[in-house]
Amino acid sequence: MDVLLDNFDTILDGFRETIALTALSAVCAIVLGVVLAAMRVGPAAPLRWAGAAYVNVFRNTPLLLLFVLFVFGLPTVGIQASFFLRAVIALTLYTAAFVCEAVRSGVNTVQRGQAEAARAIGMTFGQTLRYVVLPQAIRTAIPPISSLMIALARNTSVAEAFGTKEATYVLDSLGRDHASALYWIFAGIALGYLVLCLLIAGGFRLLERQLRVAR
Amino acid sequence: MSVLYDAPGPKTRRRHAIWAVLGGLVVAAVLGLVVWKLDQEGQFSGAYWAPFRNWGVWQNTLLPGLRFTVQAAALAIALAIVFGILLCTARLSDHALVRIPGGILIEVFRACPLLLVILFFYLAFGKELGTLWPLVLGLMVYNGAVLAETFRAGINAVPRGEVEAGYSIGLSKSHVTRSILLPQAIRAMLPAIISQCVVALKDTSLGFIISYEELVRRGKGIYESYYNIIPTALVLAAMFIVINYTLSRLATYVDGRLRRRGQRTVEPTDVGDRPVEAAAAQG
Repeated sequence: MDVLLDNFDTILDGFRETIALTALSAVCAIVLGVVLAAMRVGPAAPLRWAGAAYVNVFRNTPLLLLFVLFVFGLPTVGIQASFFLRAVIALTLYTAAFVCEAVRSGVNTVQRGQAEAARAIGMTFGQTLRYVVLPQAIRTAIPPISSLMIALARNTSVAEAFGTKEATYVLDSLGRDHASALYWIFAGIALGYLVLCLLIAGGFRLLERQLRVAR
Repeated sequence: MSVLYDAPGPKTRRRHAIWAVLGGLVVAAVLGLVVWKLDQEGQFSGAYWAPFRNWGVWQNTLLPGLRFTVQAAALAIALAIVFGILLCTARLSDHALVRIPGGILIEVFRACPLLLVILFFYLAFGKELGTLWPLVLGLMVYNGAVLAETFRAGINAVPRGEVEAGYSIGLSKSHVTRSILLPQAIRAMLPAIISQCVVALKDTSLGFIISYEELVRRGKGIYESYYNIIPTALVLAAMFIVINYTLSRLATYVDGRLRRRGQRTVEPTDVGDRPVEAAAAQG
């Protein structure tokens, strides 16, 4: 128990790093994911193929391998960036594939008649998507995106082994120094992640309520 | 053809063609830039790729690594199914003393980063258990919790009338669960279980961090002696993609087959880390 109190600042710093990683990657992944989803439902065949290829490649590659590729690999081709930034790149590219699929299945659940009506009054593909389909698709996609963001928060832990001193790194280092108090350290950090996940879930539930419309 | 656009007329067709060409050019430009940059840095030079043209490297390093990966994943999934059934029956129990802890355990295991759990097992029992078991236990705990929720959905998908029929001919609750609910739930879950294998297979790569000799760890051995991180990562990624893509297709195929036979199937409950193809196909 004392270990937790004595190292409270270290743990807090760890979670600050975890939250920063999560927040930055979340924003980038959602933007990239929505763009990819638009590519995948659009009329331009090369873009559809590119979107599908992207999803299949990044969804089936282990996140750890992406970390190896971007955190260790980028410097070997002369691209310099901080460990933090390289971790964000790996997390973003990985998560975007899942966001894309969540948004795409959201688009697919919008009733046919909606898009048909939009086209019947002469809206273009872009207008149909922007004013009719996406606003509804986003609403259905919020719960899956919420679980994706929770998964992202958990996935930031992989950065532990790649030079980022986030919360799981704190367990790794404190756990080695204070082997006898490992259970307490684990419980404390697990609790921190639990709170983080609950906050994300709560935030998305709030957003869902904000966006809810009478149908 | 998507709902989002009509069968196009001549003018739209021309516009779409322009978009297609422009889009194709942008995609080609991005890909080209990556390839150009890699080439500039000499990443395609023969020396970097030499280990992968050498059968000995495959035979002694990569394929055994793949075997360790598959071994850990298979163990983890088998144990996770058992653990998932236990957690699920606990959660559906009539006794609050069992039900509530069961629910809490599921939530905690799903919210904890998998790596945190693996590291915990490794730091706590690594000396006695080596590296395989901390990895397998971590995977079992996480995938078990996810499968428990899928399982619950599978049990809820069985029509209530069947359960009531079971009770009315005098079966006990455990007998109803064993003979009526579980067999149907497992069949309904089959696609979700196969998808979960993809997740487990990808997650075994976390063994890299606790130096379990799985595929990526073996790759590290290669790139540390040839200084070819990017070529190695690309080869490993290709191996994972082929295996996981095949498994995902299998899951979709089994799902389609079961549905055509009128069997209800369970969507993955946690889209967090798994193919959502099944969910998308449903919409």
